[in-house]
This record gives sequence, C-alpha cells and structure tokens, in this order.
Amino acid sequence: MSDIVIDVRGLTKSYGGRKVVDDFDLTVPRGAIYGFLGPNGSGKTTTIRMVCGLLKPESGAGSVLGFDVLNESLKIKERVGYMTQKFSLYEDLSIRENLEFIARLYGLDRRDERVDAALEDLGLSERQEQLAGKLSGGWKQRLALAACMIHEPEVLLLDEPTAGVDPKARRDFWDAIRRYSAQGVTTLVSTHYMDEAVQCDSIAYIAYGKKLLDAPTAEIPKQVGLFGWRIAGRPLLQAQHMLEAAPGVDIVARFGAEIHACSKDAAALERAVRAVKEAQPHVEIEPIEAGFEEIFIYLMSGALDNFQ
Amino acid sequence: MKLPSLTALLDLSWSRVFAVFLKELVQMRRDRPTFAIMIMMPIMQLVLFGYAINTDPRHLPAVIEMREDGPMTRAFLASLQASTFIDIVDIAYTSEEAEAALRSGQATYLISIPEGFERRLIRGERPQILIAADASDPVASSGAIGAIERIAQSAFAPEFQGPLNFLARAPPPYEIVVHRRYNPAGVSAFNIVPALLGVILTMTMVMITSIALTRETERGTMENLLATPVRPLEVMIGKTTPYIGVGAIQVAIVLAVAMLLFRIPFTGSFLAFLIAVTLFIFANLMLGYLISTTARTQMQAMQMTFFIFLPSILLSGFMFPFRAMPGWAQAIGEALPITHFLRMVREIVLKGAGLSDVLNDLWPLALILIVLASLALLRFRRTLD
Repeated sequence: MSDIVIDVRGLTKSYGGRKVVDDFDLTVPRGAIYGFLGPNGSGKTTTIRMVCGLLKPESGAGSVLGFDVLNESLKIKERVGYMTQKFSLYEDLSIRENLEFIARLYGLDRRDERVDAALEDLGLSERQEQLAGKLSGGWKQRLALAACMIHEPEVLLLDEPTAGVDPKARRDFWDAIRRYSAQGVTTLVSTHYMDEAVQCDSIAYIAYGKKLLDAPTAEIPKQVGLFGWRIAGRPLLQAQHMLEAAPGVDIVARFGAEIHACSKDAAALERAVRAVKEAQPHVEIEPIEAGFEEIFIYLMSGALDNFQ
Repeated sequence: MKLPSLTALLDLSWSRVFAVFLKELVQMRRDRPTFAIMIMMPIMQLVLFGYAINTDPRHLPAVIEMREDGPMTRAFLASLQASTFIDIVDIAYTSEEAEAALRSGQATYLISIPEGFERRLIRGERPQILIAADASDPVASSGAIGAIERIAQSAFAPEFQGPLNFLARAPPPYEIVVHRRYNPAGVSAFNIVPALLGVILTMTMVMITSIALTRETERGTMENLLATPVRPLEVMIGKTTPYIGVGAIQVAIVLAVAMLLFRIPFTGSFLAFLIAVTLFIFANLMLGYLISTTARTQMQAMQMTFFIFLPSILLSGFMFPFRAMPGWAQAIGEALPITHFLRMVREIVLKGAGLSDVLNDLWPLALILIVLASLALLRFRRTLD
C-alpha cells in the first residue's frame, strides 16, 4: 500500500465567478496529522469537501487512499470520517440513536458493541438516551468526533473541530487525535488556534483560495524567515505608533505588556526598534524568534497585499 | 420604580424601520423561488380556475342508445348533437355497449330511444325516452337533464305539423324518464366522501414528504448524510416508506367514517380499491419527495405543496365536473395523480367497478408514479454543489 494517503493536484472551485479554491495541491502521508490553516473564508471547508467528495472540483484531480476523488467518492466516503464545521447530527435524535444511525449507514457489524464502545469512550454511557440537541457545544463536538470514528476510518477530515470548545475539551480532543495517529489514522484538520497548529506534523496555509505555505511545522519559521523583536514596558502606545509608521516593519502585534515587531528585513527592523528605544528610553528591547502567531499574521497580511 | 413613558414606548426611528424594510426587500429578492411563487400563484390560479370553474356544466359526454331510426328520432338526435349541453361520444346499438360506456365514466349520460318509438308516439301511447344519468357526481348529472327536455321539445315541434298536428299538445305525447344511476338519491356526500379520501391523502402525503430532504438541508444534517456512503435511492425509499403506514391509517379512517357515518355503500372490488389507493399513496409520496429535492427551505416546500394542492382540488373533478372543464384544464387534471384516483374510487365504491373497469386510470397513475420517482432520483444532489 502506498504511503501517500491524500494526494490532490490543482483542485479548483469557484462560486459566482470567484475562485474560492485555486489550483490547490496537497500530499499527506499515512499517519500524519496535517494542519490546515487560514483565515475565515479562505477556502478550507471547500477544499476539505472536495477531498471527501462532497463537492465536485471544477478542475484538478487526485486520490484519497488510492481512490479517485472524481469518480470513486463512494469508496472514499466509506473509508473517511468527515467531521463538519457545523454540528450536523440530528438534534432530535438521542446520542445513541445518532451513533446507531451512522453505524447502520456504514453497514457495520457488531453495531451494539461498537456503539457501546463509542459511548464508553465518550463518557456518555449514562446520558445515551439524551437528545443530541440538548448537549453543550463541547459535548456536541465530542459526539460528532465519535460519530465520524465509528466506522474506523483510515482518514479523518476534521473541519474546525474545536471551534468554540473549552481548553480542557480541546486538549482531550487532541489527545484523541494523536492516539488515532499512532494507530495509523491520517488526519487533515483545519483550525484557527495556533496552539493546535504547533501540534501538527505539517501545516498547509491557505488564504484567498491559494496555498501560500506547506511544510513540516518545525521548518515553517525558517521557511518564512521572519525576524522579531520584543519591546516591553509601559506606556507602549507611543512605541507602537512609531513602529507602525517605521519603514520595513511588517508586523506590530501587541501581547499584553509587550509588543512583538517582526519583519523579513532584519536590518530595517533593528533600526526601527533602536529608534524607538532612543525616543522611549523606558522600554526594554530584545530580539526574539518569531512565533506562529506572528508568522500567520504576516502571511495573512502578505496574502492580502497580493490580492489588493 | 420608574415606569417607561409613553414616548419611550412609541420611540421609533424611521431610519431603522427603513433599514429593516430594505433588508426584507433584499432577502425577498434573493429568495427567488418563493418570490416567483408568491407572484405566480395568484395569477395562475385566477387564470386557471376562473375559466375552469363552471357551475353550469356543458359539454358533458353522452352515449345514445338508438333502437329506432326514423325522421323524428333523427331530428331529435340532430338537436342533441347541436346542443352545447351534451357531447355525443358514441351511438350504441346494444344496451350492453351503452351501459359499459356509462360505467367506465366514458359517458355521463345514457339517452335511450326505445324500439317503435315513432309508431307508439303517433298512436298516442306516450313512449318513453330514458335518460340514465351517472349521479355519482350530482352536480354534473342534474344540470343537463332539464336541458334535454327542452331539446326534445324544440326538436319534435317541427315534426308535429300537418297531419301530426294533433300531437302538438301539452303534456307532450312522449315521456322523459330520468334514472339516476349509482347514487339514486343524488346525495352529494356519496360523491364527496370517497373523493375526500383523495384530497386528504394528497394533502398529507405530499406535505410530509415535501420537507423530507428540505429539513436536512435546512438543519445542516444533509452534509453529514452526504458524507456517508448512503445512495440516493436509499434515501428516497427510506424517507418515504414510513408514510405509507400513515396513509394506510388515513384510508382506514376515511373508509370507516364513510361507511358508518355516511352509509356509503361499498359496491365494487376491494382488491381493485387496495391497488388503486396504494398506487395513489406512492405517487403522492414521490410528488412530495420531488418537491423536497427542489425546495431549499421548509417554507418553500409548503408553498410548493399548496401549488400542487389547489389544482388537485379544483381541476381533478373533485369540486367541479371534470368533463365540463375546458380541454386544457382537463389536460392539467390528467397529469395529477388525484384525478385518476378520484375516478377509480368513485367507480369502485359507487358503481361497483372491478379491477378491469379501472385499468383506464390505473396505468396513467402508474406512469405518473414512475415519472415522478425518476425525476426525484435525477434531481437528488449527491454533492453540496
């Protein structure tokens, strides 16, 4: 069996003449956790839907688990677990009924056993007769994950699975995903959270339908080549204004009592920061490594420039 | 505690009102199908029903049983042919032939002129012209009976001249005898109640299934459903079959009420009835399902259901005699499942028809069912596109 699980090339989709996804390539090896990042409306959901056969790409081709995304979507659907961004199980069915319904659609054997196991895993055995619509947001997410795992898929496509979920539930969620990954399940997960992004093996960054970055997570700072300085102290407003006005400074981001200023031009950045120090002697300055937060803010602003 | 003042309650910003008004206008314009239905529905209904509704039924089909062929009976026949009240669809020479036309619904009237009519007329024996009317639809049958009497009068008047002048007297030298068949008392309920079964089934079956897929789309559960390996036909069958049971219960209730409360005699074949009603339920479920593949919101689905429901009442022969409607209205009626069901249920329940008598309407209903199911399957979107 091939070690490439998701392999798509040139996927394109447009709505009303606007290209929502433009010439998108992605290669995901078996067992990987692939993070899918990008601002709202960047085409993440559309891409995931094309990968699992819910949308027909206008052009492009590819395969998932060796099955063609254009012609063999039913075979793909049988082997993929897709978790939608919006809760899409039946609110008027109980937790158990939902899981049973999905299990039946996949034609699973030992259905009761699997549903029992899933409920046990979820910690919802006690509440299995409760209507799904009565669950809180975090529990709905857990139920949705259990539902898309019940047929033991080889690939998980998760579309912002932790949006609006509390930090504890998010941590549990990621523990589960890492456990599946260790068992050889391949995961493509879209997220807005940087702390989740860093847990991925690789990251694809998409903005305005175009993929801007695709690399192993550890290599991303080097690839982007962003330099950073920290400016700390109070007050900071004056310093912030100076940095924003300074030439060659790409990002000025406020983090509580400090400012992170980043740029690809290390010399220009250092000049600007030192000028601030001169004018505002009470601040402390220090060079730092640019974090993911800054990198993605930088990417987003860069992408914007390309399209303006 | 301070009570809110009247001005606070009446405080109103026209600019906010206008903002809301504009927003509604934009939303209405975006929801093209609903908008189209809102505009088209009254127009179409005015045009359709304004012409189709006819409480003075004309052009009702009649079969003539001619046992006599003389100058006077020919004159009568010519007058009947010229009349707009009835349309002669067939001239039968045996009574079996004539009776069959009446039973199958091909004719609403059977006008029968007996043998030796002219001879007995001249002898002053007051021979009878027999009119057998299909009273299973009292509105249709009562209208033209009076007309036929007038037609006879004016047809025979020129004949009663010269030597036959003595026949031109009142009462006329012949007698017109009217037999109301299948519903001798002309009870409206006999006509309405079995037909009501068709209306009830249309209403509920179409409405329930019209939101089958629409609700999934609206609640976002369609995405999850489509992500599973479920096939369109599986969804169609799975979503419609539960309502066959609902339909069966409705049939049982209507039948029980019809027989116990209205004392409607069930004269025909129960097997034929079961086949007809089953086919009819299937056709309605498919009609509703087809709507649900098209409607994007439950509101749209409801509106489309009513779009089907009104012609089902008005153009099917439920409210007005089918044969008295203009040709194009009949053509629309023929395409509706209920039209065929109404004919079958009246024939079976009131006229004692069997399976072979209703084949004429059974196959069109089967055809409608197949067309609806195929369209629904073709329209089912396998993707979210």
